[in-house]
Order: sequence, then structure tokens, then C-alpha cells
Amino acid sequence: MDFAMSPEQRELQAQARSFLEVRFPLSRMAQLADSEVGWDPDSWRELGELGWLGVSAPESLGGAGLGFLEEAIVLEELGRCLYAGPYLATVALALPALDDARRAKVASGGQRWSAALWQPDGPVPDLDRVDQVVVAVDDQLLAVDPKGERLSSIDPTRTLGRLLSSAGESLHRGEEAARITRVMHLRLWTALAIEAVGGAQRVLELAVDHARTREQFGRPIGSYQAVAHPLADSYVEVELARSLAYWAAWCLSVDHQDSAIAASAAKAAAAEAYVRACERTIQALGGIGFTWESPVHHYYKRALWIEAFAGRPRQHRAQVAVHLGLNPYESSVQAAGASQQVGPNRTASAA
Amino acid sequence: MELEDSAEEAAFRTQLRTWLASNLPAELSGVRHRLKDLDRARSWSRALSEAGYAGLTWPAEYGGGGAPPALDAILLEELAWAGAPQHIGVIGLGMAGPTIIACGTEAQKRRYLPAILQADEIWCQGFSEPSSGSDLASLRTKAERHGNTFVVNGQKVWSSYAQVADWCILLVLSDPQAPRYQGLTYLLLDMHSKGVEVRPIRQLTGDSDFNEIYLTDVEVPATQVVGEVGQGWGVAMTTLLHERATFGFSLTGSLEASVREVLRLARERPERSRDLSDSLAQEWIRMQALKLTAHRSLAETARRGSPGPEGSLIKLAWSEANQRVTKLARELLTDLPLDDGHWHYLQLRSRANSIEAGTSEILRNIIAERVLGLPRSR
Repeated sequence: MDFAMSPEQRELQAQARSFLEVRFPLSRMAQLADSEVGWDPDSWRELGELGWLGVSAPESLGGAGLGFLEEAIVLEELGRCLYAGPYLATVALALPALDDARRAKVASGGQRWSAALWQPDGPVPDLDRVDQVVVAVDDQLLAVDPKGERLSSIDPTRTLGRLLSSAGESLHRGEEAARITRVMHLRLWTALAIEAVGGAQRVLELAVDHARTREQFGRPIGSYQAVAHPLADSYVEVELARSLAYWAAWCLSVDHQDSAIAASAAKAAAAEAYVRACERTIQALGGIGFTWESPVHHYYKRALWIEAFAGRPRQHRAQVAVHLGLNPYESSVQAAGASQQVGPNRTASAA
Repeated sequence: MELEDSAEEAAFRTQLRTWLASNLPAELSGVRHRLKDLDRARSWSRALSEAGYAGLTWPAEYGGGGAPPALDAILLEELAWAGAPQHIGVIGLGMAGPTIIACGTEAQKRRYLPAILQADEIWCQGFSEPSSGSDLASLRTKAERHGNTFVVNGQKVWSSYAQVADWCILLVLSDPQAPRYQGLTYLLLDMHSKGVEVRPIRQLTGDSDFNEIYLTDVEVPATQVVGEVGQGWGVAMTTLLHERATFGFSLTGSLEASVREVLRLARERPERSRDLSDSLAQEWIRMQALKLTAHRSLAETARRGSPGPEGSLIKLAWSEANQRVTKLARELLTDLPLDDGHWHYLQLRSRANSIEAGTSEILRNIIAERVLGLPRSR
């Protein structure tokens, strides 16, 4: 067992971090969140030039030929800076449903996607920012035009919409459609967990920066244990969630039998860790943490979005309980075709 | 990134399981009073030593297995899952030995290491004192130098295995005038010396895992100093770092064994477990997260060469998880008598988890100061 990033993976992480720190500092994120458009459509071309849109596409399609772990590394950094663009929707969610021609278009930055997996008129992430939507209808996956209405979203950096029509070209049918839909669910839960870890880490750092410099009663407030210890708790929860999120990403990258339990465990733990980290940071920041001017509310809203979307923590825990052979009251979040394996290559070692 | 055993690790695990199946006496598995039957505890420890499972990661030149820490992680995990009792020389193997290897003289290495490996000599730890718990550096057990001998007077407390130990890693105040941290010295004390008295502490469980050690005019030769006189604090920190690095997988392994047992009991009680399924799933998730984090920390340690302060998070999160799991078990087992002799005991025992080997308050301080970089609280 070797639970560490490879030198190449660390390099990708460092590249993403330094690019995004310059291009999307907190001030720019806040400015975009308050703007009418809500995001910077030109940034999509830059993501394409960096190779982030074709991380997992084969080199023959203009991609880097890597996998979901590397996509997860990018997602963590995008979550860290609250990037407002349909990366999660396109790469984490829609990609498995796309054929080679469409994947090549995504890799080049020429097409953005989202998906409606629940019901055709259910909430679609970033509907106003994409060119096409994968829609699950009956036993098919369709490619549908993004015509629809905007729904209210707590997080302006990640909008929601509803499709007006679900008519479109068929991408997959039958068992193949069910298998791909299930993978899309698991990738979505895992990607949300990874994003949550990236955001929670940043929001913890906001509190630490403040507690080191803000003085009351003649001392930095971070020297008071009543301030410091809740931040230590945020650190513990974020690290535990990070382990789960990367476990889930690794499971998906090798088609492991634990992919489903890992994705639900990670989604539940990371969403809660993110929400709590935000709440502790607001408290540590004091009055300034309650202002519009402080960036923390943007993180809090993303955290609440992640917590609520695609199954709440309690529903994912109910799903974990089912995997553990228990019979919960709570209705659980099930991926379509949950009884099928993602792939038979690897077998469970945990449980 | 690879989250499954490598071929070498899988082979080691299989071999170990086979060995445990035929060598772990059924009557020892899950035994609560670890020293109730000293002869049996010794023979179990010797069996572990003879099979090469003691000192697995020690350098081969000192008689160790020279194995990578990943195999030690598997060993501790498998022993915990099997409910195997601790090696009686756990303080020697996990704390005294690694400290002597890191800071001791050649003569000390030759004298002490083989007997630790062969389970011939048992070690205990004399760090804490009645007035020096979390604030270890304030300790007052004095060592006065008379020529080539230190004369030690004072009292130590919370020493596991002291009632059966041959040797003690002892932290003493050798220079009361020196600035804090600079007047301490690290000694290897012969527990059979004149003036050493051990008194067991009766804990709230009724058991006596821990002892007090009274030291009255105890003579310790100057050759028993580890490192330099006055530099005992640094040597003691080496010991404590090893405590956290080595015991992490015993902790997560025993937590996993408890969670599996609670889940087994829950599946036998479908009605009761429906009410508790959210908590049951939550505890499984936390256990899994903790285990994965221990593996992540191990991989980081391998890259860095020594364990880092983030190991504190494992001890902190483990103690709280263990306390919750014992409560959850008792909430689940409404059909058992109030004192079932097992979970009841575990719940009482678990209260020490957040105190022993670093209180949760101290661990949060360590995280706040050394990991997050917050200003010191004192």
C-alpha cells in the first residue's frame, strides 16, 4: 500500500495551485460571484490550454491519457478557489457518457456539458453555462440542448437550472446506459467530496490567518485555546475527509468493488466537514466573518450547496448502512443500477 | 497511489495469518487482564519473538527484521484484528529500543537490544509524575551526581508493566538551576536496584494496568545515561515520537475490530439497529477514514524519514471514536445485562483513551501550534 501522490501528481497539484492563486484570487472570485454572468467564460479556454479538460482523454483525442485521480487533483484545487465554471459538470459528471468525438471536443475546450440523472426536469448544475446536457430518460442517455429556466441556487458560483424538454439524440441504451449512469453518480459524489476538501482546507486557512494576527487583550486570539481548539478540530475533520475522498477517487480509477461505499462515505463526511469548517471559521473571524465583504460566506454557500446536492449526508450514510448489511429507515441515495458492479477487476479488501 | 497490499505485503499478511491461526492460544485472544497470567504472557511474547515478529522494523545490525514500516503496520493491524494480547516487551520494542538505537552508546545497544528482542527483559516508562502530567518538563524527580553515580529520589506514576519490569526509561532532573528543558537527563534504570518500590494503581475499572514507582536514594551508574547529561528532553521527545508512530496501527486496528463486532451484533438485532443505523454507518465511516489516514501518514513518513506532528490527529480522533463506539454498543445491546463484563468494561476503560499518551487538550495544542502554526497558548 502506498497512499501518497506520485511526483507527477504532486507537480500537477502545484501547477494548478499556482495558476489558480494568480488567476482566481479571493478578490476575483468574490467579484465574479457578485456579477450578472457569475463566471468568466474566457477562463474555459485557459483550462483547455492547461490540459485540464482532457486529463483523462487518450492522447489520440488531444488528452493527457491520465485518469480520475488526476481529475480529482484538479477538482480539489478548483474547489479551493471556488472556481465558477462547469468543470465538475463537464468532467466529473458528463464525461463517461460521451463518445470519442465529443470527448475530443471537450478536451479542446470546444464544448461544455452537464447532466440530469434523476428525472429529466430535475435540477441541472450550471445549466446556463453549458452547451449540451446528458439526460437519463427511461433506459436511455440522451444528448439534449440546454434550453430551460434558471432555478434559485444558494451558491451563485454554481447555478442550477431546469430543462424544458428532454428530446435529444440517443447516446446509450439499456444496460450500457445503466452502467454509465451509475458511474456518473459515483464520480459526482466523489468529485463533490474532493471539492469540499479543497474548499474546507482554504476556509480553515482563512481562520488561521486571522487568528494569528488579530489581537485582543494584548495577544493574538489564536493563542487562546477556546479559539485554537475548534480550528484543530476542523483540521482533523478535513484530513479524515481527504483520506476518504482520495480513497473514493482511487477506487473509481481502478474500477474497485468498494467504489460505491467509498463514494457515499466520502460525500457524507466531506460535506459535513466543509460545512462545519465554514461555521468554525465564521465564528473565529467574529463580526467580520458575518459580513458580505469577507470571502467566507461564498465558501459557506458552496459547502451548503455540496451538502444538499445529490444526496444529503444522512442519505449517504443510509446507503453505507445498506452496504454494511443494515436496514436503515432513512431513504438512501442509490445510483441507478446500484446492484451492478462498476467493474469486476478489483475486489473488496475492506469491510 | 496504490491502496491495496503489494505482492510482498500480501505474502507477509497471509503468512502472519497462518502463523496466528496455529500459534495464538484461544484462551489468550481478547484477554482483558494482560498480566494476570505472567507465564502465559511471556511465552506468547517469546513465540512472537522467535517467529521474527518482534523488532520487525529494527535495523538488521541490531538483530531486527529490517522490514519497512508498512509490514509493521500490517503486523499491528492483524494482531489487533485477532484480539492478540500485546507483546509483554511493548515498551522496550516500541520506545526504549528505538530510543537506544537513535541516541544510545554502542555498549548500551549491545547490552540491551538483544534482551528486548528475545522478550528476556521487560521495560517500563518513568516519565509522568504526580505534579507533572501534561507539563512533563516540570518534573521533579532529582538525580544528584556523586562521581560516576547518580543518586535518584522522587516518584513516577502511570507506568505500565512496572510491576514486572526489569528496566525503566527514566527522565530525571539533574540540574535544577538550568533553564527549563535543559536540566533533564534520560537514564536506563535497573528496576531491581535498591530503593525502587512499585505500587499498583487501582483504576476506576477495578484493574491495575498502571503503577506508581517510588525512588529512594537509588544509585544509577553514569554509564546508564542516554545521550548527554542535561539533554534528556530531546531524547524523551524521540521516545514519544516513536510511541505515536508505532502505536497508530494498533489503535486503528483495535477500533476496526470493535466496529466489526458492533456491526455483527447489529445485524443480529435488525429491529434495534434500524434506530441506530445512522450512527452505526457514521462510526464505520470514521473508522475507515482513520485507518486510511494512518496509511497516508505512513506514506508521508516514508518520504520524510521521520514521523511528523500530524500523527497527533490519529491519536486524538481514535480516542474519541473509541469512546463513541463503546457507548453505541451499549445502546444497541438493550437485551444484555447492564454489566455484561465486556462492553461495560470497555466503556469504563475508554475514558482513559483521551488522557493516556497525550491528553486530547495537549494534542489539540500540538495541532494548533505545530501543524496550523497558531501562536503558543502559554
